[in-house]
Amino acid sequence: MLKKLFVFILLFTIGYFLVNSLKSIPLGANRVGSIDEPTTVSGYYLNKSPNALKVANSITAVVVNFRGFDTLGEVTVLFLAATGLASILYRKEDEEEEEKHTHSLSKRLNLPSSSLVRTGAKILFPLILLLGIYVFIHGHLTPGGGFQGGAIIATGFLLMLVSYKGFTTNHNVMVWLESLAGLGFVGVGLYGLFAYGSFLQNTGWTGNLNDLISGGFIPLIYIFIGIKVATELTNVLDTLLNIKPRKK
Amino acid sequence: MVLLIFLIAMAVILIVAAIYSIVQKDLLFAVLGTGVVSLILSVFFYILQAPDVAITEAAIGIALTTIIFIITIRNTTRDEDKYNDDYINRFKSDKDA
Amino acid sequence: MIDFHTIFEQYKEIISIAVYGTAVFLIIIGLYAVLLKKHLVKIVIGLSIMDAGIHLLFVAVGYISGGTAPIFSPGNENAANTMVDPVPQALVLTAIVIGFAVTALALSLVIRLYKHHHTANIDQLKSLKW
Repeated sequence: MLKKLFVFILLFTIGYFLVNSLKSIPLGANRVGSIDEPTTVSGYYLNKSPNALKVANSITAVVVNFRGFDTLGEVTVLFLAATGLASILYRKEDEEEEEKHTHSLSKRLNLPSSSLVRTGAKILFPLILLLGIYVFIHGHLTPGGGFQGGAIIATGFLLMLVSYKGFTTNHNVMVWLESLAGLGFVGVGLYGLFAYGSFLQNTGWTGNLNDLISGGFIPLIYIFIGIKVATELTNVLDTLLNIKPRKK
Repeated sequence: MVLLIFLIAMAVILIVAAIYSIVQKDLLFAVLGTGVVSLILSVFFYILQAPDVAITEAAIGIALTTIIFIITIRNTTRDEDKYNDDYINRFKSDKDA
Repeated sequence: MIDFHTIFEQYKEIISIAVYGTAVFLIIIGLYAVLLKKHLVKIVIGLSIMDAGIHLLFVAVGYISGGTAPIFSPGNENAANTMVDPVPQALVLTAIVIGFAVTALALSLVIRLYKHHHTANIDQLKSLKW
């Protein structure tokens, strides 16, 4: 009882101070300043992005080009989470004792899905893959990018894994693709370091605005990130769906 | 005017879904409440002129987070009040109760 | 399309209370679930809701009145004066993916704890106490 009272007082204090300090940040005030002679960081990015770098999606320019090292850190965190998850839950059977008697619920889970689900999944799966590949190739022209395209592809694989009983993905191919895509991203950065002096320096061919090949190395980096995120999330889902359920 | 009513209604539904997913004792419905919070948050991001963030929240928050929660619930208990299964009481006999 | 610019100047107070109040409320509800609930999965659900509240607060701070999405599509290539702030949106993009990675790792730990101790109550996991 005393613990509940203490927690309520703490939550009320946090809420009161948050609301009070948000009164001095009015919603919609102009904090960017002028674009032609930039004085803030956002003004500088909005000035450079269509003129010097020729990239239409300025959020892609910020994520991959101006703050590219943070994106490398984010890809590392995703990789660590997927590896940690796969090493905590074994894929093979556990070495503990397994009860042999089955519950009546697990008998119902062995039936195949209905034919409506199976036919619909088989039709939708290539279309979802196509949408995902489109989203991460055109990441510098339309809203989208590597992380969004990778998540869409992983959702397509999830649809097939849930609908069909015997659908497995080739584990070795996924692991090799993920490693090569990660090496490709670091390789682009190291090429910038050895050839031009700083890590992840953008020195590709900048074409015109709104072309498919424009913005230097930005489409190449996003293709590597898209392939890496898609195969990583598919591995995570494959690991989670193949834990042997505890038979009561 | 209609847009203002739409905005206020979506904010109210967001708060109600968040409270529902904390209070409910059947864990499967609580996880679906988290999915509804992600869905309406994605529409909020679109109204605040941020399409990249809306696509990311819709792709990751609705599909992938809900499915890993459901796999966890299947491997642990489904009811919030029934924390453990009968394996932990396997040494108690009827004389001790 | 959603014509947000015309109504924003009229009803600025109500919209500001709606957006900021929702974000702070989500943070408070998530923190309540992390501190006071006993089932392990409920604690992770509270963590996920708190993440959503913080992301909404970030994107709401970066909104500029009368602005559009920061994409130079063919048609308005000189419209950089009327765009919203792109830096908070880039930060929130990274934060959403990292929030998902933390949730996945936490849930794998929950499954492993349940398989070992056969209980999901945090008051009964006492093997580290002395």
